[in-house]
Amino acid sequence: MYKIFLKNSFEKASYCRHFEKMVFKNVQKKNINIPVYLSAGQEVISASLAVICKMRRIKPLLFPQHRCHSIYLNFGGNTAKLIDELLGRASGCTNGMGGSASIHSKSIYMFGHDGLMGTQGPIGVGAAYASKKPTIVFLGDASAEEDYVLASIGWASFKKLPILFVVEDNNLSILTEKKVRRHWKMKDIAKGFKMESYDFDDDPKNFFKLANFFFKKPILINVKTNRLFWHSGAGIDSDKIFDRYENLIKNNPIFKKIDSLNKKKIDLIWKRQLEKQ
Amino acid sequence: MEKTVRKTIKQIILHHLKKKRYHAYGQCLSAVGWVGGTLPELYEKDGMIELPMADVAGGGFVVGAGLMGKRPIYIIRYQGFNWFNAPIILNYACKSKEIWNVPCPIFIRGIGMEGAIGPVAGSSHHSLYFRMPGIKIASPMTPKEYKKVYEKFMREEEVYYISEHRGSYNNSKELRDLIFSKPHLVIFAISITRFAAIEASNDLKKIGINVSVCNILWIKPFKIKNSWIKTLNNSKYGGLLIDDDYENGTAKSLAHEISNKTNKKILTLGLKNRSAGFSKRTDNLPPQKSEIVKYIKNIIKFREKVV
Repeated sequence: MYKIFLKNSFEKASYCRHFEKMVFKNVQKKNINIPVYLSAGQEVISASLAVICKMRRIKPLLFPQHRCHSIYLNFGGNTAKLIDELLGRASGCTNGMGGSASIHSKSIYMFGHDGLMGTQGPIGVGAAYASKKPTIVFLGDASAEEDYVLASIGWASFKKLPILFVVEDNNLSILTEKKVRRHWKMKDIAKGFKMESYDFDDDPKNFFKLANFFFKKPILINVKTNRLFWHSGAGIDSDKIFDRYENLIKNNPIFKKIDSLNKKKIDLIWKRQLEKQ
Repeated sequence: MEKTVRKTIKQIILHHLKKKRYHAYGQCLSAVGWVGGTLPELYEKDGMIELPMADVAGGGFVVGAGLMGKRPIYIIRYQGFNWFNAPIILNYACKSKEIWNVPCPIFIRGIGMEGAIGPVAGSSHHSLYFRMPGIKIASPMTPKEYKKVYEKFMREEEVYYISEHRGSYNNSKELRDLIFSKPHLVIFAISITRFAAIEASNDLKKIGINVSVCNILWIKPFKIKNSWIKTLNNSKYGGLLIDDDYENGTAKSLAHEISNKTNKKILTLGLKNRSAGFSKRTDNLPPQKSEIVKYIKNIIKFREKVV
């Protein structure tokens, strides 16, 4: 079972990685002229969660923030429409209004973000409360610090909502490290609010272990991960960043094959969409 | 017995929750008095949701409920609390339809009041919402107006800010415009100042000064009636817009709009440009009848001197 989960998770992550590489390339070529927030390095998180939801036949409400390309793709968003969105076209998934940071898709129940860090916390909690539907709120380690996010965790716990808070903890707020901003952990905060919480890295096996618990009660997971590229735009902060994706593909011929197929798929879709211009 | 504004609001909420199965949210709803007697005694199982004392997050919870089609009524006990409650509503719910094509209808009840209760709990603060796109603002002061505004909300998919005032809750009478064909001056009044404006007009009439009074129900979009334009164009000294909020906001914006349509000068009168304290001595009250009368007499005196 785990092997299938791992393979499916990798397949999704690999698709996202190639997508983000193409965004990177097209920002450099100036085909994309808006601020982009690349999720490369963090894609395994939403890939693993999307596979779990599929396994359990759950279509959760999704409340992401910026750096959300992988969430959109992993949960089934249309790739061509995302490319169009990044190119500012009306045919984009958010009609050219959302850009990179505010991706929205009715078909996958993904709600766009307004630009105020962490508002997806209370909004997601309100949606989960009103609808009683399984809900995932994606936060960064910085947006999780917003006071209203903390209050939302408290109320979600009190009301025992079917909600999962996912803190994609890349340790950076733009470039300011967590240790400069706080001396506490999200896991402890959630525990303080009597919410079940976990702190682990983005190895798919960590998600798999909890697969059957999600949405049965409110849970917070703080997932240590790494952002490969700049906070915004196409650039690299350091070439010494641990890359989960590279770690998974290493010495794995099946994954290498999947990877190469995904590259071809992505290249083709990008080519087709760019030619539309 | 005639139905008051208080009873009208209470019946609307009962209907919204029990008949329509929608939600109402707020803090301390079931506390003493049930928000000035405007709420029916309902609880969470009925859709009356008590929120924690987390104002910013509370606004977000309500937005989430709005996205799920629960048409939430959001009760904000003092309009000044909107400094914390408004951000997520204004930046998400009000933009949701335009950016993502997802309506997020919310009916916000912002309650104004006065009387030694300080800078936040006192007065109306609809100007906080006024400048942002995607919101409709009304300030109903009569039972029929309130019902009309609610029914319009139910037909639409917009965010509505209702600038209420506790001073109107006992009112059971409808307020009609007082239109003179050739007035000395025209008052355009918002919220609780509408009552004082009518009283001021009646007093001034006794000394031969005719003042038309135009009742502003819809602040945004601002609806200017033809009868208002006509009476203003025929006025000798232009207009005066009165508000229960600071002048630097809604009042001056609306005055500017009216002025643009008529080329008549519109002055404004609202809260004084200072903070209110917690005593009668340090209050910052909306323009009262005597103040309006004095202000109009001074305008006339000044203009006649100039002429």
